[in-house]
Amino acid sequence: MMAFEHHLPILQVLVPMFAAVLSAFCMRGTTAWAVALVASWAALLIAVLLAIKVFASPEPISYVMGGWTVPIGIEYRVDRLNAFVLLLVTIIGAVIMPYARKSVAKEIDSHQQAWFYTMYLLCLTGLLGITVTGDAFNVFVFMEISSLSTYVLIALGRNRRALLASYQYLIVGTIGATFYVIGVGLLYLVTGSLNLADIASRLGGASAEFQRPIIAALAFLTVGICLKLALFPLHVWLPNAYAHAPSVATVFLAGTATKVAVYLLIRIFYSVYGAAMPFTSLPVSEILLVMSVAAMVLASLSAVFESDTKRMLAYSSVAQISYMTLGIALANESGLTGGIVHMMNHGVMKAALFLALGAVFFRVGSVRLDDLAGIGRKMPLTMAVFVVAGLGLIGVPGTAGFISKWYLAVGAIEKGYWPLAFVIVASSLIAVVYIGRVIEVAYFREPSANVASTRDPPLSMLVPMLLLGAATLYLGVYTEWSAGLAQDAARMLLGGLK
Amino acid sequence: MTALTTFLEHYNYFITIFLMVSGLYIVIARGNMIKKLVGLSLFQTSVYLLYVAPGKIIGGTAPIFDRAYTVYSNPLPHVLILTAIVVGVATLALGLALVVRINEAYGTIEEDEIFSADGEI
Repeated sequence: MMAFEHHLPILQVLVPMFAAVLSAFCMRGTTAWAVALVASWAALLIAVLLAIKVFASPEPISYVMGGWTVPIGIEYRVDRLNAFVLLLVTIIGAVIMPYARKSVAKEIDSHQQAWFYTMYLLCLTGLLGITVTGDAFNVFVFMEISSLSTYVLIALGRNRRALLASYQYLIVGTIGATFYVIGVGLLYLVTGSLNLADIASRLGGASAEFQRPIIAALAFLTVGICLKLALFPLHVWLPNAYAHAPSVATVFLAGTATKVAVYLLIRIFYSVYGAAMPFTSLPVSEILLVMSVAAMVLASLSAVFESDTKRMLAYSSVAQISYMTLGIALANESGLTGGIVHMMNHGVMKAALFLALGAVFFRVGSVRLDDLAGIGRKMPLTMAVFVVAGLGLIGVPGTAGFISKWYLAVGAIEKGYWPLAFVIVASSLIAVVYIGRVIEVAYFREPSANVASTRDPPLSMLVPMLLLGAATLYLGVYTEWSAGLAQDAARMLLGGLK
Repeated sequence: MTALTTFLEHYNYFITIFLMVSGLYIVIARGNMIKKLVGLSLFQTSVYLLYVAPGKIIGGTAPIFDRAYTVYSNPLPHVLILTAIVVGVATLALGLALVVRINEAYGTIEEDEIFSADGEI
């Protein structure tokens, strides 16, 4: 038992990785699905065990590969921040798996279903790997594992535009990952180390003549990761990718992939560069603030004018991600807590919204706004989840979204940025408009012919939706599992600022 | 004169950056999907040079332990880049596979023709 507990950090990655291999050998989609289901829940169990261990002790868990000591070997390092992100990723992965079987069976050809689950498991492997590893180059490898499998997941969409969306994401994603490697390469040339914690300590002692490559590395890392997390002007790939991917893939990506990139950005800024350099001697904070504010307003406005609800929510994701980058840019405890807790809250809410849309697609075969007329009466539970999660997106008190926006607004005011608090409110008001449009069409219009005979999806799809819908409400009232843990993580990160 | 010596001392970096920028330029400027992938590949490959060139230590020998030598080249960048090459090959292969599928679906691999076939997406 002790030995097993010691190996948890590596098992977090190995379990989905071997499950992916196993699922690739499955001929039938259902067998592959069973493998994916077991692996996802096992990953969740491991993440929970890790989180219990990390939050109980003040020291992070360090795991060394093959017994090589730390700066030489690859280290897996779990602290409060990535334990939290691991929880988020595995929760989303585990909750959507029961839903996946029927949805995937409907949307993907039977001979491709096993490949879908293989790619899903590889993507899970990559995302968990980025989160758990403490080695800069290992991050790149896992980033590419998750990206390559994501391209395939998107290309499995039924529409031929899915191919185009996948191709566009491949180009942009590869540029992003390559920028990241360039940044890591420059840091390696200066410090001679690839271990993130070791780089951090060596950067502190770097002499003045090396400041230029260090700053260049920061620029490359920031741009590379921002491409991955779809910060405002770099977000062009995201709406198409989310709109044309199969429903389950969209849910998974919207809930986890961008959050992991946000995590990586936090890790680089706060743990590697130690917060002091990017935020006091360089204008990183100002740049991020401007981009985030632009995204909040412009991406939300794009969402308002979108007639495909999946694309609408994708644009809303761009706006919501900017809340997280806003929290990073504020660099004080409330702001950073808001940013981190919004990773969890937005992951849960957006997954619930996309699950509801997936259920609509399962029954109606379309998610265009015009085709949803009167669907609120035909699929009451599905649309109830949509409404609850939509209210969360707006930030209505009592839902998860309110908690994160509250922390962000407090963080902005503590910094003396009063207008920023108003921008947060204004962006929420725009969210009222686009969520309101869907509610208006779904509840206040006469059902059209193609929705007349629909009803709520089968139980296996309904339960995950209801779970995430309930989580939106739960996280809006009881915050010790979300904001509490996030605040712990933020305190730990800001230790470097003082 | 100092500019020239700086250039000569760092010529490997200048080559790297030239390749990097030309690759990125091809990705942005070309509308043909195969050409874009070639540019992308060039861009990725230039990074291999960024890593491998500084791994050479002047006067150093191959990193195989022997009592006769004390100075070795740094083997770590080579190992890293072996991994990066694998990643690059996988990306290129997947990209080309996508282009084949796009060609089957649209009958063309020129971006502007595809956009006009589907309307701006």
